[in-house]
Amino acid sequence: MKSLIPIGPFHPLQEEPELFLLELEGETVVGIDIQLGYNHRGIEKLAEFKSYEQITFLVERICGICSNSHPLAYVQAVEEIIGCEVPRRALYIRAVIAELERIHSHLLWLGLAGHFLGYNTVWMWAWKYREPVLEVLELLTGNRNHYAMMKIGGVRRDIERKNVEKVLKVLKDLEGKLRELSQAILDDPVLHLRLKGIGVLSKEDIREYGALGPTARASGVEIDVRKNHPYSVYNEVEWRMITQESGDVFGKVVVRCLECFESVKIIQQCLEKMPAGEIDALVKEIPAGEGIGQVEAPRGEVFHYVCSDGSNQPIRHKIRAPSYMNIPTCRVSVQGAKLADAVLILAGIDPCYCCTERLGVVDYRSKEWVMSGEDLVRLSQAKTERIKREI
Amino acid sequence: MSERGEGLRQGLGERILKLRELGSRIYIEALSRDIKEVVRYIFQDLGARFITVSGMEKEKDFELIYHFAWDREGRVISVRVRLDKDNLEIETISEIIKGAEFIEREIYELLGIAFKGHPNLRPLLGMENWREGFYPLRRNK
Repeated sequence: MKSLIPIGPFHPLQEEPELFLLELEGETVVGIDIQLGYNHRGIEKLAEFKSYEQITFLVERICGICSNSHPLAYVQAVEEIIGCEVPRRALYIRAVIAELERIHSHLLWLGLAGHFLGYNTVWMWAWKYREPVLEVLELLTGNRNHYAMMKIGGVRRDIERKNVEKVLKVLKDLEGKLRELSQAILDDPVLHLRLKGIGVLSKEDIREYGALGPTARASGVEIDVRKNHPYSVYNEVEWRMITQESGDVFGKVVVRCLECFESVKIIQQCLEKMPAGEIDALVKEIPAGEGIGQVEAPRGEVFHYVCSDGSNQPIRHKIRAPSYMNIPTCRVSVQGAKLADAVLILAGIDPCYCCTERLGVVDYRSKEWVMSGEDLVRLSQAKTERIKREI
Repeated sequence: MSERGEGLRQGLGERILKLRELGSRIYIEALSRDIKEVVRYIFQDLGARFITVSGMEKEKDFELIYHFAWDREGRVISVRVRLDKDNLEIETISEIIKGAEFIEREIYELLGIAFKGHPNLRPLLGMENWREGFYPLRRNK
């Protein structure tokens, strides 16, 4: 007898609204139906009614975790239409922010994976070590997320000399901590038993479904936009592409752990090599034409296609996020798995949690709201005002 | 034209109506009835990776652009086909590339283009009770 188990659209283990309808025979998964759209906000359509400058902010809000990848892909697409040359210093800054984002995103996933496994120590560790990365991002950009650094023709903020030392120090400490953490994870016999051999994707599966990023690299497919279609300064710094042959969830853990070290290496080199100079090409007009932007986000390639008719709004803006290609691979990877493993396999591709929740502060004794959402918005605006004055 | 562009022209022959190279981008125009053969050549023979399809309503017709990443060569190949407004139908490529199923469903839903032979052509994103015949990505008249 077959039974249906829904995971989602709202499920404690799937922090993103999405429905995976599992078909089971006993404990074994024999089929899956995936339903998307619970988070659809019509961003492509919205982009047709906004100016090019505004869209940078709009696409930044596609995802709270990849909030640098989308604007970066977008500005690259527009820069391709204009054919402008971005100042070298800006290219270095872009790579620094992008790699910091990768580290915090991978650590976020590692923590969540630990949590899904019931291994909450990993969760606490990973998120503890993620914190300094977010602090560095705040130091450099003014925000822990939604950095608003990208701009058509350059970046919005320079990295000041006094901050470089601080960042390098944090990275050095982080590297040690990461080493401890990944050794603890990769040497744990329980994790080996739990993660090896489940959710296996072959090279052919990756190709047929067009899967991307760590999902593809864990199956031994060597694709990484940073190597294949170099942008920013990735072909000027030393780093290697991490791949694994196993294709299972354990492989994905290994890839993400090791990629953090490569990111640290890239940032260190960028901060050392960064030339002095302008950070903005001061773009004025955007001619008619079409452009493509590709960026290796933490989950894989982000693709933006922008078509301009010479006005101040694009006539078409197509966005393809990596999870869009990775999620359908679950049709293969959960096939024949046990229900207990299915959640982990679904989480293995790191489906993007594209909504950042609002929050309020409540006094737990009196149960009264100390600060409402509006108060927090006011607080944030006051902070922005203060920073503006200081600059 | 570069070596790669020349190779594509030879491989696809008269199926290419137009070929334009812009830096690392290769834009090809083809007829909508040839789409399957063109995609098969790019995906299977060249070994390019499927990225996505983007659709747009133009003044006189609709256009679909099939984007492929030719990772080995560091190029993106974009195949453009045009569809008449009174015949919004094209053959599915999901038989060749399973990863194209989602995007074809999305285009069917948002632009109203039908993909012949698609195994499961139902809306992808909207609610079940979405207004029939209302396509958000079409231009407002």
